Amino acid sequence: MGNYFLDNDDIQFLFRHIDMKELARLQEAYTDNGQADYAPLDEEDAVDNYWRVLEIVGQIAADIIAPHAEQIDREGNTLNEDGTVTLHPLVRENLRRMAQADLMGFTLPRKYGGLNCPNLVYTMATEIVSRADASFMNLFGLQGIAETINAFASNDIKDEVLPRFARGEVTGAMVLTEPDAGSDLQAVRLRAYQDEAGQWRLNGVKRFITNGCGEILLVLARSEPDIMDGRGLSLFITERSERVRVRHLEEKLGIHGSPTCELVFDDTPARLIGERQRGLITYVMALMNGARVGIAAQSLGIGEAAFRLARVYAHTRQQFGGPIERLPAVAEMVTDMKIAVEAARALTYETSRICDLENNNLRILETVPDLPKDEQKERKQLSRTLKRINGMLTPMSKYYASEMCVRVANDAIQVLGGSGYMKDYAAERYFRDARITTIYEGTSQLQIVAAVRGVASGSFESFVADFENTTYGDQELDSLKNELIEARKRVQEAIQFAKSQPTAYLDLAGRRLVDSAIICIVGHLLLKQATALERKRHVARRFIHSQLPELEAKCRQVLSGDMSPMDAYEVLAGPVPSLA
Amino acid sequence: MPYDVVVCVKQVPDTANVTAEAMKEDGTVNRAALPAIFNPEDLNALEVALEIRDRWGGTVTVISMGPPKAAEVLRDSLYRGADRAILITDRRAAASDTLATSYILAQTIRTIGRYDIVLCGRQAIDGDTAQVGPQIAEKLGLPQVTYLEQLVDIVDGQARVRRNVGRGWEIVDVHLPALFTVISTANQPRPPAARRVMRFKRARIPAEIEAEVRASLGNASDEEVLDAIAKRTEELRRQGLLLEQWNLDDIHADLNRCGLPGSPTKVFRVQAIVLTKKGYTEIPPTEEGIRRLIHELVVDRTLG
Repeated sequence: MGNYFLDNDDIQFLFRHIDMKELARLQEAYTDNGQADYAPLDEEDAVDNYWRVLEIVGQIAADIIAPHAEQIDREGNTLNEDGTVTLHPLVRENLRRMAQADLMGFTLPRKYGGLNCPNLVYTMATEIVSRADASFMNLFGLQGIAETINAFASNDIKDEVLPRFARGEVTGAMVLTEPDAGSDLQAVRLRAYQDEAGQWRLNGVKRFITNGCGEILLVLARSEPDIMDGRGLSLFITERSERVRVRHLEEKLGIHGSPTCELVFDDTPARLIGERQRGLITYVMALMNGARVGIAAQSLGIGEAAFRLARVYAHTRQQFGGPIERLPAVAEMVTDMKIAVEAARALTYETSRICDLENNNLRILETVPDLPKDEQKERKQLSRTLKRINGMLTPMSKYYASEMCVRVANDAIQVLGGSGYMKDYAAERYFRDARITTIYEGTSQLQIVAAVRGVASGSFESFVADFENTTYGDQELDSLKNELIEARKRVQEAIQFAKSQPTAYLDLAGRRLVDSAIICIVGHLLLKQATALERKRHVARRFIHSQLPELEAKCRQVLSGDMSPMDAYEVLAGPVPSLA
Repeated sequence: MPYDVVVCVKQVPDTANVTAEAMKEDGTVNRAALPAIFNPEDLNALEVALEIRDRWGGTVTVISMGPPKAAEVLRDSLYRGADRAILITDRRAAASDTLATSYILAQTIRTIGRYDIVLCGRQAIDGDTAQVGPQIAEKLGLPQVTYLEQLVDIVDGQARVRRNVGRGWEIVDVHLPALFTVISTANQPRPPAARRVMRFKRARIPAEIEAEVRASLGNASDEEVLDAIAKRTEELRRQGLLLEQWNLDDIHADLNRCGLPGSPTKVFRVQAIVLTKKGYTEIPPTEEGIRRLIHELVVDRTLG
């Protein structure tokens, strides 16, 4: 009887360190519980519920999902001749258990049978599930679809669909990507039209659709044939039927338990979500923001799993007369893996926390009609601030955590050496599973484009200002904080320089600027954690002292103004080779 | 056709996670040093009961005999889906051996009255006797099928089950009502359901209500305490969160058959056996090696 929550000191520490009561208060404010008899009495009771829910998630992850992972990875799912998909029996078993435990309506309101948990608790749960099997996260982690329906669909659709999600009867898919519309979703072509009876119908092809074989499909389609950009797109909901065929099931490097489908829509009847033309620019953007935090959480789970394997191996593997963890190079790999996971977790949970503040604030603004004028004004202003910060933190988390897990999974193989390269250990699976995280829900490069805007426009400085103004009353912590302040000034210098260059330079320097800003932000988050736990002092110190030289190098490179990858592309990349 | 099922469960010390403090000086179990858990095979029995209800409808009632602390396993049963939970707690039941325990549980089941199926875990991990289930069946005059591994079907009041007989299995048909003892390979118990946890985590037996009220009121007068207990009890009853607590009178028990008077088992001697033999013997994987091994096992009476 294992438990991936109760055996994880860092998640438990953060649960206690972060002000969960504040989140619970907001989450429970103005809630519609319907007939639900399981609503908490107060915020303390709600926080107790969150803890208990994570205990259940941890138990299922350790006892049910993790033992299934290897076989699911080897065998995958099956595409049938009639265009349907049969999920691997163990994937179905995982889903059945999650449904038995009421975990498939994690964040939905109670009136639909949901648990009404904050996003942060869902993020923790997603991490815990991903540690057991990253590919199963793609089913558990698709609850953002139900959330999107809850946020934007009509009451009729919500009443009909959401209780089915909460009961675990259905899973969903977000059907966005097409062969010629990947990162650039504005290019979506799948057609939506109204027939003589006024019924919306969908026609066209979608590709790389995670769980495209699910029962509830949210489809981005062009409802305005004359508007060629994102404003011509609307969001539709349709159910699995013989008019949606899975033409192809992708064979992937990793996450084999997650069915990736190519879908053909054949005059498929559908219903409009919300308003026409807001499909991409409002609804999908909101959906994607949540999904990005989800991928960050998935990355944390993979990183955690890979680290644990490496930690045990380095401790037990004997070479040169002792465990290999006594070798400096291995010791450094293992400690840096651990710190990398904790650093990414600090950033992701903080992002998720701020998402909760933003989402609930918006929900209150939109659903409570008679708010006092002052409060309304205050909340509106808060909304703008939170939105701006999240616009930076969300892509940062997705980028940072996903790159972290690729690196940590890579290092785990290195620590295990030849054994890590073999299928005898899970290290190679973690690595294959990790590799998608820097790609889907927006590549690292696109996350940087989104994040660098915030970094270059003042959100970064204003976000760290509170931390910089904190006095810890502790010589070491204050001194580390001052180092971070100096580093932030260095980053600002690099930002100013990049902004003074031709426009393309900000994108070229984006990765280094975003990396540098993240180092400052995470450094502050770890310092704050160090006030609550002695061990974190060591983590913060090691992180800051190993990362600030990197920050310096990155800023110096930005200040060099080197544009050669753009200016001298042909020379540096050489002639286009033949692949024959 | 729906079936009413009674499941007997026990709270036990977690003997799978034994520490140095697990044994007292006198060689008996130090219950305080071990975390209390739901006896594992009782969870398998509960899962069989819930599957019966999922398939045919009916009710699942969980009963347990133990101190007030054992209400925890009743709550856990509710988290997983039980409809009703009863704790039999009574100082006069203390020190019951398997004979007395099975008598008390049988009386409880009689008092409940309506049942088609009684389920028990095969055995509890503290005593490991595997006697209580069969003794309950005897006392209730029910047919018993032990080592249930699968409930194949129930047709016209007749159950067909597969029981594990060690090196194989047999299929048994039995008329209901009947008692079954369930083994760990029967199923993987379902997890607690989050919504039920949120609801039933506040469920209490009267003894817990009293202890909690007394702890919170400190030096209040008896009258105030009793008043507060009554109010709290009524509040929980209204919310459907009052767990049933029965004593020996409630089940019309013959006190001579309960607790110490009803327990003929006498502990004659507790002996701690520490195996002193060190090392191991390597047996070559040859005909000759195996012959020698078998000979050795026959000589020391492990075999034969």
